[in-house]
Order: sequence, then structure tokens, then C-alpha cells
Amino acid sequence: MEYIKLIALGLVALVSAMGANFAHDLAYQVHAVIIMVVAAGMFVWVLRGIDEPREVHDVSGYSDGVIRAGVIATAFWGLAGFLVGTFIAFQLAFPVLNFDWAQPFTNFGRLRPLHTSAVIFAFGGNALICTSFYVVQRTSAARLFGGNLAWFVFWGYQLFIVLAATGYVLGATQSKEYAEPEWYVDIWLTIVWVAYLVVFLGTIFMRREKHIYVANWFYLSFIITVAMLHIVNNLSIPVSFWGSKSVQVFAGVQDAMTQWWYGHNAVGFFLTAGFLGMMYYFVPKQAERPIYSYKLSIIHFWALIFLYIWAGPHHLHYTALPDWAATLGMVFSIVLWMPSWGGMINGLMTLQGAWDKLRTDPIMRMFVISLGFYGMSTFEGPMMSIRAVNSLSHYTDWTIGHVHSGALGWNGMITFGALYFLTPRLWGRAQMHSMSAINWHFWLATIGIVLYASSMWVTGIMEGLMWREVDDQGFLVNTFADTVAAKFPMYVVRGLGGVLYLTGGIIMCWNMWMTVRGGAKHSAPVGVPAE
Amino acid sequence: MDTYSFLRQLADSWVLLAMFGFFVAVILWAFRPGGGATYDSIANIPLRDDATLRDTRSPTEKGATDD
Repeated sequence: MEYIKLIALGLVALVSAMGANFAHDLAYQVHAVIIMVVAAGMFVWVLRGIDEPREVHDVSGYSDGVIRAGVIATAFWGLAGFLVGTFIAFQLAFPVLNFDWAQPFTNFGRLRPLHTSAVIFAFGGNALICTSFYVVQRTSAARLFGGNLAWFVFWGYQLFIVLAATGYVLGATQSKEYAEPEWYVDIWLTIVWVAYLVVFLGTIFMRREKHIYVANWFYLSFIITVAMLHIVNNLSIPVSFWGSKSVQVFAGVQDAMTQWWYGHNAVGFFLTAGFLGMMYYFVPKQAERPIYSYKLSIIHFWALIFLYIWAGPHHLHYTALPDWAATLGMVFSIVLWMPSWGGMINGLMTLQGAWDKLRTDPIMRMFVISLGFYGMSTFEGPMMSIRAVNSLSHYTDWTIGHVHSGALGWNGMITFGALYFLTPRLWGRAQMHSMSAINWHFWLATIGIVLYASSMWVTGIMEGLMWREVDDQGFLVNTFADTVAAKFPMYVVRGLGGVLYLTGGIIMCWNMWMTVRGGAKHSAPVGVPAE
Repeated sequence: MDTYSFLRQLADSWVLLAMFGFFVAVILWAFRPGGGATYDSIANIPLRDDATLRDTRSPTEKGATDD
């Protein structure tokens, strides 16, 4: 086995060395060097371990090492993603920040996918992978299946992130929103994702509980659907084996529809179903009571799965897409409001009889506000999918505000809550180092989101109205540059919102660091529940 | 009939009916009589002790505590 590994790693190192030599473009060359270094490093590592006595691992308990690594990675990528996001927010307000000396690598167009992928796939993805590993073990009463395969998933996913991020900055993109990485990065992610499915499904098969808890249903639907979306939307033919450029198999409106079928279900299954898996475990855990209604959670699950998959066409109102398809997407988006609010109510009502925890437990507060933002953005989304509303909101900053109230509010807050829940447990501490720091984080993040969302509402509706304003002769009143100038103050406010959110993230990382370092601080934290 | 028309017709007739039927069946299944006790037991899975794996049920007890 070790020898097969050595041969495989050696071949990978050799081929990537050839790639570095024959590369048609800079991104491919850098990627080839990265893969070569990783493969060569692992080759040496495996070689040194050959014929050594194998370490005996204790396999009787939960497999938590990979989850600890995942918690660290989540916090790290979160900070990186927030930082880039804040920077590009100021780039929009002050274009001079597109520094001349750093072109073309740091212009807005290249940093923007770096930000979206860093927060969605690096921060959100690591959060999903590590919490799913934690939850599936606890709710199945079984150790993670596949031994070191979970470590392959973790490191393989980090490699995917590094390849994607460096690719954007160096100019490799297939120009599909949220699916920018080029063909070889897509193939690598497919391999990692299949391994992830094997680990997760294997653990469920080995479970010692009779039933599969609802959180695992949500996680599983997220893993399977993302695999399907990823493969179909990335069907492309590379121009050359030695270059990053590829050509999509679909063209025209079919390509657009496939892209938004992917794009909206990335929201529906990555940012919603997966995070609902987190919600269904961590909210009952932190509230110390079972979910409000298990029946409702079953209906929530099936309704969400059956409806979300059809909502994509609402991204393509007033395009070449046939009207019936756009109407279908719009209708399903509006119906989707019901299961979304059903899920929110299920989460919030879990606190029935324990609402006092909101006063004493800052972690519970994180979960509750994330559910609040989930409810808010799942109301706003269906409304924006209505064709008439969309004619005003589409292509404006309203869309960006909507995405961020969902991403910062729902996904961000529930991830912070989960990190605060996991860190003391995974490192064997009584609780987080500082409860008042969690409070600071909570308020900084909340005020940051409020600044962000409200400024984007104002600027989005304003620019939508300015674009459609005509004079009594029927001519457009405003030039595009007029709208850009009018948006300046709101852009500054949005940037400040980002600074607050980022500051909250830094405080969280400091708090996690201090907790892990071991100073179990017992002096009068704000959040000790009144027993 | 070309592929598009065939798929289009299939999608908004039998497939639509089958998916809608499956969905309705799942909802009715969730409300079946006697399901409540099972659901209460499942809902409590996260609240059972999770400090270490060794402390939880042994494989021979699989399902013994449920329904």
C-alpha cells in the first residue's frame, strides 16, 4: 500500500513538474508548482514512514482531531474572507484602492470572487465539514468512518481553496458566478467531495442509534446535491492539458439556466440545507431541550428539498429565458417562503420555556439572531423574485444587501455560535475564555450587518429608480455615472459595516486562541446562567 | 417528437404527478398515528450524553432504548 502511494505521489510530482514547464498561462504554472511541492513533500513524508512501526491510534472514542483542525480553518478563512470583503467594499467607494502598482492582480474584478469563495466555500465550507463530522458522530453514537479519509477530506479541501484563490488572483476563471475555478480544480474538488460523502454516509451506516437524526438528513442532502450541482455546472472541455482555459459544454440561454440552477441551489443547499443541519443540532444542544416539533422538521426538510431546486430561474427575469420558466422559478420561490419560516419557527420555539437564556447566554443569542436573519432574508428573497419587484431590484445593490443579510446574519452568526459551542468542548475547557468578548462580538457583528443591509437597501432602490427615470420626452434622465456618484455615501457606510463585522471576527479569534491556550478563566463572566 | 418536446411533456404530466404524490405521501406519513412517541425519542438523540463515545450505548443495545 505504501509503495503504491509512493508511485502515485511520484507520478503526480513528475506530471506537475512537466506542467510547470509546459504551462500556457501563469495561473496554471503556479498551480503546477504548488501541486508539485505538495506531492513531493508527501512523497518524502511517506518514504520516511516506510517500514517504521505503525502508530497505534486509540479508535474507541470520537474522531475529533480533524474537527479541531476544521474549527481553526473555519476561523482563519473567515477572517481572510471578511478582510478581503471589507477591502473591496472600500475599493468600490474609493477606486484609487485599485493600486496601479498591483495591477492586474488586485483589481476589484479579481478580488471579488476571492472574497465570495473565501467566505462561502472556505469559511462556510469548512464550518459545514467540521460541524457535520461533529454532529454525525454524536447523533449516530459512532466514530467517523474511514479512519484517515476524514483527514484527506480536510487537507484536500484546503488545497482546493488555495488553488481556487490563487487562480482568481492570477486570472484563471471560467466566469461562472460561485463556480469560477477552472477544470482541474473542479476535478480535484469532485474527488474530495466523493471522499466526504463516503466518510459521512459510512458513519451513518455504522450508527448505533436506530434512527437518523434530522440534522444528518439536512447535511446529507447538502453533500449529495452540491455534488450533483458541481458536476453538471462544470461540464467543460479544457483547451489544453497544459493550460487552465476551458470551454463550457452548454452555450447561450442553456448555459445561463444551468448556471443559475447551480447558483441558486448553492444558496439553497450549501448555505441553507447544510446550515439548517447545524441549526437542528446546536440550537437544541445550547437550549438543552429537544427541537420544538420533530414532525415540523420532517415537513421542513422535504418541502425545502422539493421546492428549492426549482427556484433558480428567478435570476433570469427579462432575459432570453422563456417566460414560463421564469414564472415557474418565481412561483416556487414564493412557495418556498413557507418551509423557510416553518424552519425558523421550529428553531425559535425550541426556546419555549427557556427564553431567559437570551439574557444570560450570549451563545444562545448568536443562534437566535441568526434565525431572525434567516427569517428576514427568506422573506426578502421571495419578494425580490416577483417579476415586478425584480424589475426594480435586479442588477442593483439591493441584491448584494439581500445576500449579505443572509450570509452575514444567518450563515455567519450560526457559525460563530457553533464555533463558541465547539471550541471549549473540543479542547476540554469548561467554557470560552471570555463571555463578555462574545457579547462584544455579537453587538459588533449585529450593528455591522444593520449598517450593511440598510445602506444597500437605500442605494439599491435609489439606483433602480434612477435607472428607470425618464423625462417628459421619454429620454432617460440619469447617466450610469450619475448613479455611481450618488451611491458614494452609502458605499462608505457599507464599508464601515464591514469593518465592524471584521472586528467582531478578530475578537472571536482572540477568544478562541485564549480558550485553546488553556486559561480557563473563571472570574465573573457575564453569561453564567443563573442556576 | 423531438427530445425536448417529449421531456417537456413528460415533466409536466407524469413526473409532476409522481413528485407531488411522493411529497404528499411524506407529509401524511409524518402525521401517521403513533408516530409521536418515535419522534420524541429521535428528537432527544442530541441531548443524550456525548462527552465520550465509550459512555454511550454498546452496539448490542442498538435500538433498545428507542421506541
